Amino acid sequence: MEETTVSFEQLGSIANKLRQDIVRMLHKSGSGHPGGSLSAIDIITYLYYQQLKRTRENSLAIDRHRFVLSKGHGVPALYAVLAEMGLIEKSALDTLREIDSPLQGHPDVVRIPYVEASTGSLGQGLSIAQGMAMAAKLDNFATKVFCLVGDGEIQEGQIWEAILSAAKFKLGNLIIFLDYNKGQIDGYVKDVMPIEPINEKLLAFNWDVHSIDGHDFQQIHEATEKAIANVDSPSFIIAHTIKGKGVSFMEDKASWHGKAPNDEELEKALIELRERG
Amino acid sequence: MAKKATRASFGEALIRAGEKYPQVVVMDADLSKSTKSDGFANKFPQRFFEMGISEANMIGTAAGMALSGKIPFICSFACFLIGRYDIIRMSVAYCDANVKLVGTHCGVGIGEDGYSQQGLEDLALMRALPNMAVVQPGDHIQTLEAVEYAVNHKGPVYLRLTRQAVEDLPHPGRAFEFGKGEILREGDDGTIIATGGTVYYSLAAAEQLNKEGKGNFRVVNISTIDPIDSELIENCSTSTRQVLTVEDHVINGGLGGAVAEVLSENAPCRLKRHGVLNVFGESGTPEQCYKKFKLDKEGIIEVAADFFK
Repeated sequence: MEETTVSFEQLGSIANKLRQDIVRMLHKSGSGHPGGSLSAIDIITYLYYQQLKRTRENSLAIDRHRFVLSKGHGVPALYAVLAEMGLIEKSALDTLREIDSPLQGHPDVVRIPYVEASTGSLGQGLSIAQGMAMAAKLDNFATKVFCLVGDGEIQEGQIWEAILSAAKFKLGNLIIFLDYNKGQIDGYVKDVMPIEPINEKLLAFNWDVHSIDGHDFQQIHEATEKAIANVDSPSFIIAHTIKGKGVSFMEDKASWHGKAPNDEELEKALIELRERG
Repeated sequence: MAKKATRASFGEALIRAGEKYPQVVVMDADLSKSTKSDGFANKFPQRFFEMGISEANMIGTAAGMALSGKIPFICSFACFLIGRYDIIRMSVAYCDANVKLVGTHCGVGIGEDGYSQQGLEDLALMRALPNMAVVQPGDHIQTLEAVEYAVNHKGPVYLRLTRQAVEDLPHPGRAFEFGKGEILREGDDGTIIATGGTVYYSLAAAEQLNKEGKGNFRVVNISTIDPIDSELIENCSTSTRQVLTVEDHVINGGLGGAVAEVLSENAPCRLKRHGVLNVFGESGTPEQCYKKFKLDKEGIIEVAADFFK
């Protein structure tokens, strides 16, 4: 197995730093989605550092690898990574959701092209990612298209339309991560609208499926490399995650889906995260 | 030339676009024999994508292809496209994705299949979206030119096409100019502003009314619903004092709505919106449907004679 460019330990360190950026920007904006941003940040950090390898020079190249955040409410995680890589200003993170800020409450591709697509109405990003993969295939580019969907999100019918078609078009360059943090807004996914058995469903739709701990960089890396090696069918990586991961009082709580931390909560969160280093 | 449905003209234009522009790709949702995208499919199989009966996925996938530099034309019946409005709103309009949405089978003119397949609210919905250009060519040559225009237009376009054959229109100048209406017939007793399959009948109605000494009416063809030619519409008010709009679409929010907005803000005058009068469409032959909904020559004469003073 190929070594990662950035070591797993370094990735962990970066992700921990970005968790601090996430809770800080949400505290400043007073609204937004900590639970789903914290569950996703490890996957997004890995993809940008190890697969997309974004620089200012390659970030808008026509044959670039792409990442679509279909669960658009997790955008604080994406903004944090883009800022860390120098594609947006770090100071811009303080303007999340403010009037006239390019950092809209959900990804806006017109204001910030680096987010690749405007999302936020769940269920749509997978189709967009599919279209990117199909265009790349038509052009014979070596592009890989990654997409992160939420577990509540796969209750949307359009997701399954795209899962049907991606298999038809044999999109080996399309790799989906499921941020399986088990919670949505009205409660646990299993209570709101159960989605199991996911593994069997995706296999039945002729996808390749992997199941990992979405906070373990080695597992993320190994599954991604396997998915990349499969050029004949699209891949679905079920990443078991924890909503609010990294901040003990947010973990596994539906109530932290869409609530910003107050002063006291921010303080507590930062102390925990800094201790982890 | 003989009567031709604008969907058929579109099928031809699409092949020409495919020959001229390598970035054009086409998608359909199991209706390519009806939308006439099948000609392109046969000629350029690598650039045609059959998406099956999954319109939402088709629209989103097209957005992804557009964001990757392609120029996708996606085809279905008008009503089935707007049925997936959230995807059009978010993935196309809000992304400003260079997708050309083609809605065929507009209006009651489709005939026998009835309401479920008739596009009757699509102009109202598409008009409400920023970034979305809305075009409805009135005849064959306008369709050819509108498709050529659409390929090069920067941003999303909605193209509305008929199932039924339509007659050629007597264009005074260029057949299609984006954002501009055309005066097909001059007159100063009032104006009939029409779009799509009703333009020819509006013209025929005006000719007959004039022959019968019941008024000499201007006839305007609006082929771009959004952005609409406000200047021309205001001129219809100031020059001819009263306006009748005609469309194969509900009267709320389509051409009539757009004209009402322009006139009441800038040049109020007597206005009547004629079209499908806030009822559902129904089955019949296209001729019977046009007759019942008063969108044919006789129907428009009746409405015009009743309205114009």
